[in-house]
Amino acid sequence: MPLILTPPEIEALLLSLKVSGVAVAAALPFALAAAFALANRDFPGKILVDGILHLPLVLPPVAMGYLLLVLFGTRAPLGAFLLDHFGIRFVFSWTGAALAAAVLTFPFQMRAIRLSLESVDPGLADAARTLGARPLDRFFSITLPLALPGIVAGSITAFAASLGEFGAIITFVSNIPGETRTLPLAIYTALQAPGGDVVAARLAALSIGLALVFMTLAEFAGRRARWGTR
Amino acid sequence: MSIAVSLRHQAGAFTLDAAFHMPPTGVTALFGPSGAGKTTIVQAIAGLIQPQSGRIAIGERILLDTGAGLAVPAHDRRIGYVFQDARLFPHLTVERNLLFGWRRARPRADGDEIARVIALLGLAPLLARKPRGLSGGEKSRVALGRALLSRPALLLLDEPLSALDAARKAEILPYLERLRDSAGLPMLYVSHAAEEVLRLADHVVLLAGGRVTGEGSVFDFAAGDLDGAMVRATGAVFETRVAAQREDGLTVLSFDGGELLVSRLARAVGTALRVRIRAEDILLARLRPDSISANNILETRITAIRPSGSEADIHLRCGGTPLTARITQSSLARLSLREGERVFAIVKSVTVDARMKD
Repeated sequence: MPLILTPPEIEALLLSLKVSGVAVAAALPFALAAAFALANRDFPGKILVDGILHLPLVLPPVAMGYLLLVLFGTRAPLGAFLLDHFGIRFVFSWTGAALAAAVLTFPFQMRAIRLSLESVDPGLADAARTLGARPLDRFFSITLPLALPGIVAGSITAFAASLGEFGAIITFVSNIPGETRTLPLAIYTALQAPGGDVVAARLAALSIGLALVFMTLAEFAGRRARWGTR
Repeated sequence: MSIAVSLRHQAGAFTLDAAFHMPPTGVTALFGPSGAGKTTIVQAIAGLIQPQSGRIAIGERILLDTGAGLAVPAHDRRIGYVFQDARLFPHLTVERNLLFGWRRARPRADGDEIARVIALLGLAPLLARKPRGLSGGEKSRVALGRALLSRPALLLLDEPLSALDAARKAEILPYLERLRDSAGLPMLYVSHAAEEVLRLADHVVLLAGGRVTGEGSVFDFAAGDLDGAMVRATGAVFETRVAAQREDGLTVLSFDGGELLVSRLARAVGTALRVRIRAEDILLARLRPDSISANNILETRITAIRPSGSEADIHLRCGGTPLTARITQSSLARLSLREGERVFAIVKSVTVDARMKD
């Protein structure tokens, strides 16, 4: 089995990295805001909000892809609005793949951030209050830096998970070489062609290797999270 | 300008209903057993909890007045808080911890004051280190310095020594004494250790079951003379002044009522020193003993006799200074002591606390 990747395979690898990177970066501010709203405080309807935010974790990805199509298709109201006013088109585009990956891995990121925010001793924020720090100041000078290792670990895990996203991407943005054909879609395509199992095996091995590398990185980042605890 | 605190707060089965005044300078001790509500009071003063009703004012400046719907947020109160567990920021160096409050204070302390605080607390060798590697005593000192540099109008110390072992306590106490004697900053010192209160406080507020049971000077506290006090006398605490250095190696301390001889103290004549005499360290005699090794024999008058179990606390007055002796009930019967009678107090040992004032 030749280990050298062919140009279309390299293309799929680079596209996967780009889609996942953009997905994680785009979801981060939302995950941070949601985690901050849910951590250490109670409000009416919290359980419902929490449940809705976790939906992508349990819904079938294909159903998620269909939902995205309904919302962001060029004839759907939201999709048409974005296209007419901002020239943003998600369907059949790599940005759509990134959107699908972002929505699906959002709960991973939010959970990790929430856990690390909650592990920061609230007594430290109290100490900062008596030293004159206002709420936003406390968040950026105490809570966020102490939670940072957990946030980094959560983002790396979300990145690794989004590399494997298949169902939502193929449903929402189809399987276009060089545009939306990420690694899992390339494996699927290879298996459809006669004699493609060598290519599929090579790409599967590559996926496993990538997953291992990123999970190890996440573990290293997470170890530093002990900072935040007393 | 005094500091007035009055609070009502109910949490579960516990009701806090306390009001007291603090003098504008010196150390006020909030003394009471655990569960008395001490921490609730300091948290309310700092603004970390909102009491159901109450009023807190430092002189003219009102921090809380629930009647008028006024509550200054914690970050605008300028109240320094030294927590029991130090609460240093683990991701910042000691230096950046120290400057955290300084940066946010208006007006800021100048460079001289920063240097003075660092010297006062011996922090120079720690500046580049992270809190993680510091000993308990070092952490307490950094927490103290961090609070001081935020330029507080009032400093709250919530049992800052309770997490430390005896050796570390002995290491920190002199720093606290130096702070008391050099900073013109009112301090509220929360403690359940009478020894710390006797050594540091000027004014004492007694707290039990969420209520103030007594309030007064540390001298009255030591003598067990506070109204409603539920604590027994622990001995006597009073102010003395170095009167002379004798050629035989002893130092003469004068006080309102006489003189005490102690082992040589390297202090200038006129220096004010706080002295403690434990109730167990005073023997009583009807007649002045003439062949005895003790250096200090004081002529006193009995002001009160308070029996307690198999013992009795004999409250004495030597000139204007109250003293307390603890003797057994059988000694009391043998000497047949009565209030108003003259008696000689033989002082076995005197503890002199450092005072840096004048």
